Amino acid sequence: MACGNACDDEFPAAAKVLVAGGFGVGKTTFIGAVSEITPLSTEELITAASVGTDSLAGVAGKSTTTVAFDFGRITVDARHVLYLFGTPGQERFWFLWNELSNGALGAVVLVDTRRLTGSFEAVDFFERRGIPFLVAINEFDGAFRYEPEEVRAALRLGPDVPVVPCDARAARSATSVLVALVRHLLARAVSSRPV
Amino acid sequence: MAVSGQEPWLDGNAGRLVRPYQVSGGRTRPAHPLNLLSLVKATGREAAPRHGPEHARILELCRRAPVPVAELAAHLRLPVAVTKVLVADLIDHGAVQTRHPGAATDPSDPIVLEALLDGLRQRL
Repeated sequence: MACGNACDDEFPAAAKVLVAGGFGVGKTTFIGAVSEITPLSTEELITAASVGTDSLAGVAGKSTTTVAFDFGRITVDARHVLYLFGTPGQERFWFLWNELSNGALGAVVLVDTRRLTGSFEAVDFFERRGIPFLVAINEFDGAFRYEPEEVRAALRLGPDVPVVPCDARAARSATSVLVALVRHLLARAVSSRPV
Repeated sequence: MAVSGQEPWLDGNAGRLVRPYQVSGGRTRPAHPLNLLSLVKATGREAAPRHGPEHARILELCRRAPVPVAELAAHLRLPVAVTKVLVADLIDHGAVQTRHPGAATDPSDPIVLEALLDGLRQRL
């Protein structure tokens, strides 16, 4: 329902950030660390048809299945709420990424340096769609510590993509990743503004 | 996991099997455009007699504050597509108001970004 700016008071501005990365890289852990609610699991329908067309037309009544994605919430202030959406890991569920990324401010791509290749596809997805992102290296216990520049080279990231270390389990560390992402978005917004 | 056209799309990773259309009467297309972050707020009007318990539950969930479609779906344990149909029913009935995320989704709006940055920094 169109409501213009007149009823802004009741509805905060809702912003969306995606948390992506390979399977088992710590996306749910990251969302749980920063979210003020226990991460919720939402389901979307998946059918054989949706993989190709994302259309559900004509499948009503047939058995189907679902793909789950996690999300969390941060009430930033009285007027702004930030929602974090974890992307499903399996490649064949990528039709859902289109809906998830629609209107997203930006994305955090989590990487596990033991399995860097697991996050290649996420990097590629956001690059292709021009969605701003940063790479956060989730430093698991015992994981070999790579320098951010080594990860940048391995993932062939552009010089403008921030690469930051983090501990996805720690609220402060995960929140600082979001701060770095918003700073990155702000720098882009200011530099691309017409003069 | 490798994906090919021949591979079964339904397996252990794909979640539960459902017939989610029962609650929406077989409908999968909402009558109003809604997305994951469309915020839904009850207006105070009760659900209609034709509506089911899921409609009533949505009204309960968004009685006090606006709740996004994705969160309603999680609480209802229904797929997003089905939740959207139910929310659209409630819009038609005048029982909820919805609001699409507007300026906050424009990544080039420095005012919104500054507000997010300030708020996040305070949590550090």
